[in-house]
Amino acid sequence: MERVIVCVKPVPDPKVWDRLRMDPVTKTLIREGIPSVVNPLDKHALEAALEIKDTYGAEVVLLSMAPPDARPVLREALSMGADRAVLLSDKAFAGSDTLATALILAEAIRRIGPFDLICCGNYTLDGSTAQVPSQVAEFLGIPNIMHVAYMGLEQDKRLVITQKIEQGYVKIAAAPPLLLSFTKEANKPRFISFLEILAAEKREISTWTNADLNLDESLLGLGGSPTKMADMLLREKGRQGLRLEGSPEEIAHQLANKIGQLGFI
Amino acid sequence: MDFKLGEREELLRKSTREFAESEITPRIEAMEETGEFPLDLLKPMAKLGITGLIAPPEYEGVGLGYLARTIVLEELSRVCAAVPMGMQVHHMAIACLNDFGTEEQKKKYIPPLSRGETMGCVAVTEPSGGSDVLGMQATAELKGDKYILNGRKCWITNSHTSDYWIVIARTGEGPKGLSAFIVDKDAPGAKPGRKEHKFGLRGANTGEVVMDNCEIPKGNLLGQEGGGLGVALKTVSESGRTGMAAVALGILQACYEEAAKYASERVLYGKPIAALQAISFYVAEIYTQLDICRLLCYRASWMKDQNMRFDTESAIAKSYTCEAAAQCAKKAIEIHGANGIALEYKVQRLLRDAMVTISAGGTGEIGKVVVGRAALTPFMKKG
Repeated sequence: MERVIVCVKPVPDPKVWDRLRMDPVTKTLIREGIPSVVNPLDKHALEAALEIKDTYGAEVVLLSMAPPDARPVLREALSMGADRAVLLSDKAFAGSDTLATALILAEAIRRIGPFDLICCGNYTLDGSTAQVPSQVAEFLGIPNIMHVAYMGLEQDKRLVITQKIEQGYVKIAAAPPLLLSFTKEANKPRFISFLEILAAEKREISTWTNADLNLDESLLGLGGSPTKMADMLLREKGRQGLRLEGSPEEIAHQLANKIGQLGFI
Repeated sequence: MDFKLGEREELLRKSTREFAESEITPRIEAMEETGEFPLDLLKPMAKLGITGLIAPPEYEGVGLGYLARTIVLEELSRVCAAVPMGMQVHHMAIACLNDFGTEEQKKKYIPPLSRGETMGCVAVTEPSGGSDVLGMQATAELKGDKYILNGRKCWITNSHTSDYWIVIARTGEGPKGLSAFIVDKDAPGAKPGRKEHKFGLRGANTGEVVMDNCEIPKGNLLGQEGGGLGVALKTVSESGRTGMAAVALGILQACYEEAAKYASERVLYGKPIAALQAISFYVAEIYTQLDICRLLCYRASWMKDQNMRFDTESAIAKSYTCEAAAQCAKKAIEIHGANGIALEYKVQRLLRDAMVTISAGGTGEIGKVVVGRAALTPFMKKG
């Protein structure tokens, strides 16, 4: 393969989610003081790309739309073994919903040049819409396979994909170019080796603004996003008591049924 | 003055933390039960770069410095101090070979240590004690093209897991009568002796190294004959003390995390015990000690990286941090109340591990001797 592009998003570190707060006016996350990490599923997407690179050779390019302070997160992803990174950073991009984000990413991908694969995480931990990968594929006019649980590359460059569906798994053979969104089942992301940390210091992170993409600004950012946050409600976390009566066996049955009804088993 | 760590150091910390939490945590229980070092971790640690961390790239190492090493050891120790204990002594062997070895010795011995194919150790301490280096009794006698070594080293970390030992033995009288040797564990007359059963750092292998008419080639002399004291002092002072300090620093970090977490979760009188001023003061004391020790440890390692003399600073970092780790582990246990002495809780292991660091790699008192000398020298009258 010639080139694999991996979409990477910095998200608030899940280890400090208990410190996360929402802005009651803008209805957005207050990210100040919250460290960012590579979206965990994006690491599985990157691992898949790096496995292709290690086995068959390919240039692995990271692509991220984020504020300029996201560079350390991209440096971390470069240290896993990617060759270079493109950071899309412009005030015009701020507040973009999934559609506007996908439009920006798709244009950046066109500008990066020919590719065989685009690898994404199935969803990001902060938004969790899982819409962006499909929308990017749609803008680029290429197939998208979501919920990838396994990816293998055949000799003829066809990919054998195992897709997770509600009832089980589907095996799909597909030829590049295509976009894949990975689940955590797909692989175990590698640890970052110290030698790669040193090597990644020489790898380039290019910053592109809309001057590089030349997109119609009315389609970008908060103004260009059809999604509007109507309201935001805090979920009550109170406990509900439930009294079960009967013999120990009856109570055990009632308890098991209740747990089943609530969808825990 | 810049106290901010760079992007490289932050990534080293993150990478090591992820590795330690994922790969070392599942092995802690077995280490505690068996007292064995998890040798199966050597290859993954080599892949990450831990085993060859300070070895030069020409000998298949990563070529990082001592500040990087301190951060890596600290992060490993935050999860389990026994593993970095083994690693820091492994690094001592590499440093010793790199500082005093011939090109031929470096090419032969450092690459397998970097690749994690074996572990290394430095054997100075004898049954008579480790602090009294000049009192050592192990001997080495040149006979033809071989040295014949006799004696017993004890309390040697990695004694049974190493393929090569760097042994200091007596070749003459006085301070210039000590020499350093590379001893292959399979050399005739060489064998590991008894294994120690310690109450802390359970997973770090500690034991005896026995040489009974042990024959090694003349070419296994490390450095000059008579230069053994310099080899021992430089290695213990530089890589030994900074390594031990880093291990204790990781224990301190764990003390802080365990204490703060428990204080925030444990509810008494209708609110978390962290709301009680007495408990918050305990946590504040641990946090302050952690901050002091981190600065001491990082400064000493940084000085080594700047090629500055730092024997006083490494002694301060080692003796202060190891003592602080033990004191803070005790406080963390007290915050846990009765739970603190239950084996299910991590804090009791932290105290056991911290206690072992105090005497290892130069006792606290020896550290104070070094510091006292530096503190008093400017005021002492000559003659």
